[in-house]
Amino acid sequence: MEHLSWNRRIYDRGLRALLYLCAGITVALLVFMIGYVFYRGLGGITWEFLTTQRSLIKGTDGILPNILNTLYIIFLSMIIVLPLGVGAAIYLTEYATNHKLLSIIEFATETLTGIPSIIFGLVGMLFFQQIMGLKYGILGGGLTLVIMILPTIVRTTQESLKTVPQSYREGALGLGAGKWRMVRTVVLPNAVDGIVTGCILAVGRIVGESAALLFTAGMGGVLHNFADALTTSSGTLSVALYVAVNERGDVQTALAIAAVLMVITLLINLLAMVAGSRLKNK
Amino acid sequence: MNAILKTEHLNLWYGQNHALKDINLEMPQNQVTALIGPSGCGKSTFLKTLDRMNDLVPSVRIEGKVMYRDQNIFDPQVDVTWLRRHVGMVFQKPNPFPMSIYDNIAYGPRTHGIRGKKQLDEIVEKSLQGAAIWDEVKDRLKKSALSLSGGQQQRICIARAMAVEPDVLLMDEATSALDPISTSKIEDLIAELKKTYTIVIVTHNMQQATRVSDRCAFFLHGELVEADDTEKLFSVPKDKRTEDYITGRFG
Ligand SMILES: Nc1ncnc2c1ncn2[C@@H]1O[C@H](COP(=O)(O)OP(=O)(O)OP(=O)(O)O)[C@@H](O)[C@H]1O
Ligand SMILES: [Mg+2]
Repeated sequence: MEHLSWNRRIYDRGLRALLYLCAGITVALLVFMIGYVFYRGLGGITWEFLTTQRSLIKGTDGILPNILNTLYIIFLSMIIVLPLGVGAAIYLTEYATNHKLLSIIEFATETLTGIPSIIFGLVGMLFFQQIMGLKYGILGGGLTLVIMILPTIVRTTQESLKTVPQSYREGALGLGAGKWRMVRTVVLPNAVDGIVTGCILAVGRIVGESAALLFTAGMGGVLHNFADALTTSSGTLSVALYVAVNERGDVQTALAIAAVLMVITLLINLLAMVAGSRLKNK
Repeated sequence: MNAILKTEHLNLWYGQNHALKDINLEMPQNQVTALIGPSGCGKSTFLKTLDRMNDLVPSVRIEGKVMYRDQNIFDPQVDVTWLRRHVGMVFQKPNPFPMSIYDNIAYGPRTHGIRGKKQLDEIVEKSLQGAAIWDEVKDRLKKSALSLSGGQQQRICIARAMAVEPDVLLMDEATSALDPISTSKIEDLIAELKKTYTIVIVTHNMQQATRVSDRCAFFLHGELVEADDTEKLFSVPKDKRTEDYITGRFG
C-alpha cells in the first residue's frame, strides 16, 4: 500500500514535470519566434518605410501599397465570405433535413480546409483570369481567398451552432417562434464566440497567404486606391515579403515586413474580439 | 365534460419503433390531466405530439388525429406557430434563455408582435405573478435568468409560457429536477393555474399525480391502458396492469 502510493507520487510528479516541459517549450518557441522577428525587424521600420512606396526614381523603399493591399484583400474577402459562410452553416445545421447529403457536404468542407493553398491559387488563376477574364488584382485574389477560406468559416460556424443547447431551440419554438426568429434570437447570439474564432482564423490565413495570391492578386507594389487595386496587380505584405527575399535577397526588409504583419494580425484579432463581445451583449 | 384536447386513434412511429399505439384520450377544459407510466412508455412522446414538437425529429411518422378545439392539428393548413401559441410547453429541465428575466418573459409576446414597452411591462409583471415568482425577482428583472436557482428558473419558464396566454399548458416532469420546496410551490401553482388553463402533466411521482391531477392516464409500452378520474384510477383501477403499477409492483 505504502509502496504503491510512493510509486504513484513519483509517477505523478514525473508526469507533471513532463507536461510543464511541453508547455514551457511551446511558450519558449513562441516567444523566440516573436522576439526574433521584432528584434531583427523593428529596426527596419521607419516612418518612411510605412508611408511610401518603393520607387527607384525617388529613392524610397516603402511598403504602404502592400499594407493597403493587405487591408483591401481582407476587407473584400471577409465581406463576401462571412455572410456566405455563416448563411451556409445556418442552412446546413438548422434547416437541412437530408442527412445523407448533409454528411457528404460536411465531409467535403472538411476536406477542402486541408487542401494546399497553391492549388486554390492555380484554380483561381485558371478560373478567374482565363475563364472569367479578370486581370491580376485584389478582385481575383480576394475571390480566390473566399473559396479558400469558405470551408473554414462554414466548419467553425457549424461547430459553434452545434454547441448551442437544443433546449434553447425547443424553448423558442415552443413559444410559437418561427425558425428564423429562433435562429436570430437564441441560436446566433450564443454562437458568436465560435464565429469570431472562425473569422480570426480566416484573417490569419489571408494575412499569411502568399502562394494562392502570387498567381491571382499579383506582386505589384504601386500605390492604388481600392477601386483601381481590384483589377491591378497588387501584392499583399506576405507576397512582398516573398518577393523581397526571393527576388532581391533583401532579408532586412523581409524581417521588417514580418514585424508589420504580426502587428497587423494582432490588431485585427483584437478588433474581432471586441466586435464579438459587443455583438454578444446586444 | 368539455374536452379541449382530444386524440383519436393516434399512432406514432420513430422509424420502426411503434412508440404510440392507437391512443384515444380526452383532456377536459380547466382540469389537470396527469400522464403516468414506466420509463420509455411514451409519455413525453405523447405530450410532444400535442404541440407538434415531434416535428423536429426527422424519422417520425404520425397517424390519427389530435383535435384542439375542433381543429385537427395535423391539417396542412394549421400553422404550427399558431398551435404552439395556444398550446404551451414547460420542459423537464428548466431552459430559460441566456437573457435577462424580463427578456425571457417578453420573448413570446414579442414573437407575436407586441412591441409597446408599457404593454410588455404589464405582461411581464402579470406572468411573473401568475407563476408565483414576482416577489422574488421584481427587483432584478434585468439580471440574467441563468443566475436564478433551478426552482426559480422553472417558474420563470412557466411564466414565460403563460406570457403568450395559451389555452393549454403541457408540463413534462416539470418538477423532477427540483427540491421538495420548489416542487410544492409548483404544485400549488398548478392548482391555481387550472382555473385559467387546461393542464397536462407527465409525472413519475404517484403522490404528485394524486395531489394535483383531476384525471389520470396510465401508459404502458406505447399503449394507453386506462384513463379515468384520478381518484377512481388510484382506488379502483380497472386493469390489472394499472393496479400493479400504482401499487409499485413494477415500473
Ligand atoms: N427522438 C426520438 N427518436 C427516436 N426514438 C425516440 C425519440 N424519443 C423517444 N424515442 C423512443 O420512444 C419511446 C418512448 O419514449 P418517451 O421519451 O416518450 O418515453 P417516456 O415515457 O417519456 O419515458 P421517461 O419516463 O423516461 O421520460 C422510447 O422507446 C424511446 O426510445
Ligand atoms: Mg419523458
